[in-house]
Amino acid sequence: MTDDQLTIRSVTGVDLTVGLAGPGTRSYAFVIDWHIRLLLAGAWLLVAYYLFNVPLTLKAAGALWSVLPASIIYFLYHPILEIAMHGRTPGKRMAGVRILSRDGGPPSTVALLLRNLFRLIDSLPAIYLVGLSTCFLTAHRVRIGDMAAGTLLVLDNAAAEQSLLRMESLAASSRLSLEALELVDQVLERWDSLEAGNRGQIARSLLVRLNPGEDSNALAQMSDINLRAMLQAHLGSGVALNHG
Amino acid sequence: MADATDIRQWLIARAGAWRAMVQNIELLRSQRHATVDEALGAVEAYRGLARDLATARRIAPNTRTTAGLESLYRQLHVLINRRPRGGLAAVRALLAFDIPNATRELRARIVGMAMLMGVSAFAGWWLVATFPTLISIFASENMIEQVEQGHLWTEGMINIMPSSILSISILANNIVVSVLAFCAGIFLGLGTLYLIAMNGLMLGAAFAFVHQHGLARALFEFIIAHGPVELSVICIAGATGVALGESIIRPTLGSRRDSFQACAHRVAPVLQLCAVLLVGCGFIEGFISPDKGFPMASRITIGVGYWLIMWALMSGRLFAKEIED
Repeated sequence: MTDDQLTIRSVTGVDLTVGLAGPGTRSYAFVIDWHIRLLLAGAWLLVAYYLFNVPLTLKAAGALWSVLPASIIYFLYHPILEIAMHGRTPGKRMAGVRILSRDGGPPSTVALLLRNLFRLIDSLPAIYLVGLSTCFLTAHRVRIGDMAAGTLLVLDNAAAEQSLLRMESLAASSRLSLEALELVDQVLERWDSLEAGNRGQIARSLLVRLNPGEDSNALAQMSDINLRAMLQAHLGSGVALNHG
Repeated sequence: MADATDIRQWLIARAGAWRAMVQNIELLRSQRHATVDEALGAVEAYRGLARDLATARRIAPNTRTTAGLESLYRQLHVLINRRPRGGLAAVRALLAFDIPNATRELRARIVGMAMLMGVSAFAGWWLVATFPTLISIFASENMIEQVEQGHLWTEGMINIMPSSILSISILANNIVVSVLAFCAGIFLGLGTLYLIAMNGLMLGAAFAFVHQHGLARALFEFIIAHGPVELSVICIAGATGVALGESIIRPTLGSRRDSFQACAHRVAPVLQLCAVLLVGCGFIEGFISPDKGFPMASRITIGVGYWLIMWALMSGRLFAKEIED
């Protein structure tokens, strides 16, 4: 098991494997969330000022409806959304991560509150230097808030389930082995993003492996479109259209 | 090792169940409550998925199929380990058991923090009483000028901003100080000790300074309604911080991290109560303390009464009987 993964015991006897989010993914999620809360708080202030004519100063009673809600949006964004969204925020969702407790279950409300209280320490002296340092130094890549709360930031790949269901339809329509099927499927999935020369070379080498009797000279003469069609034929007619 | 056709056949045979699981997970996740049948169904599906995952790991490691099953298994694990929503019963349990238990554990440390604050306050008093110029370390120039002119810095507060805003800014500041006193415990408790000592020192220095200018009674009158609970809460938050530091220095569990985590969870209920109490303090400090219309007797009654409510909540006496009944 690599440092990027953590194995959690399950009552079924089959361990649960979770991918740990590193400092990069954490920062990515945080930056997205920071922009969202900044924009929301700013939008509220603009609405309060221009639509409701509420002054943007603490010295007026109207501040209760302008500065206060904006401050709540900005400062309580993380605890409120993490509790409401069961360990996720819009930023974490976009970055493909979520908070879990160390037993692999969802974090409790107290754990999420503790995690957020320690932002005071993690953000010291500036730009979350303490938090980032502990992420680099700790085995599970956690910041101090996570240590106190007993939480982990894990990778949450929702697309994996979709590929699981896709594999079923591929397996039903093709005669390839599962490994070969996935390989061909991945090459076709990435076909348009690959450079023409490279994808031709990959396709030829794959076709030779799938069909050892294939004439390599004939393959070398084959056009890009034909190579793609031959790979699609290996997946079966019904599914090949998805990559077309 | 199973051959390619067997693996494909197995995948096709099991895929229907996985498809149903994906739909069930979506459904259960969107619901606030699940029926017993739904919950048992999810547990059964979890067992079935564990078997499939074990098979997939063996016959098709490092494939998308196995990765998909891992993801499905993880999501189902999270779903069946979801904690029930406590509602009012959870709040009652918090007030009747969790807070009193944590308070009992913290009792000696709370006394210790109160003593530290008291000694620091005395030191602050002595310093400014002996060397009056030292007040410039503890107070701003503006505050010093106002006191020297015979006015407390608190007098103009209500004219500068409305009571509602004043209350909220005060309670936010107090909550930050208390949270900081707790979190600073991570520095082996030293951060917390520093914070409490500094608060005491400033309090004593301020009292000594206003006493020199004949304003001690006015300051006392200002703080007596909110001060007892506010200062107690800071000491209590300090006690939680010290407990946190102690859990790292002298771990009671297998590792320092586990001990730190367990301690943070044990004292968290007290911090929740502290936050609520500080909200009350903020409103008293914003609406009552600066208002000259409140006589000393009513201020003392509010201050002492609120302090007694605080201790009744912390000892659990208000709710323990209700739970027993």
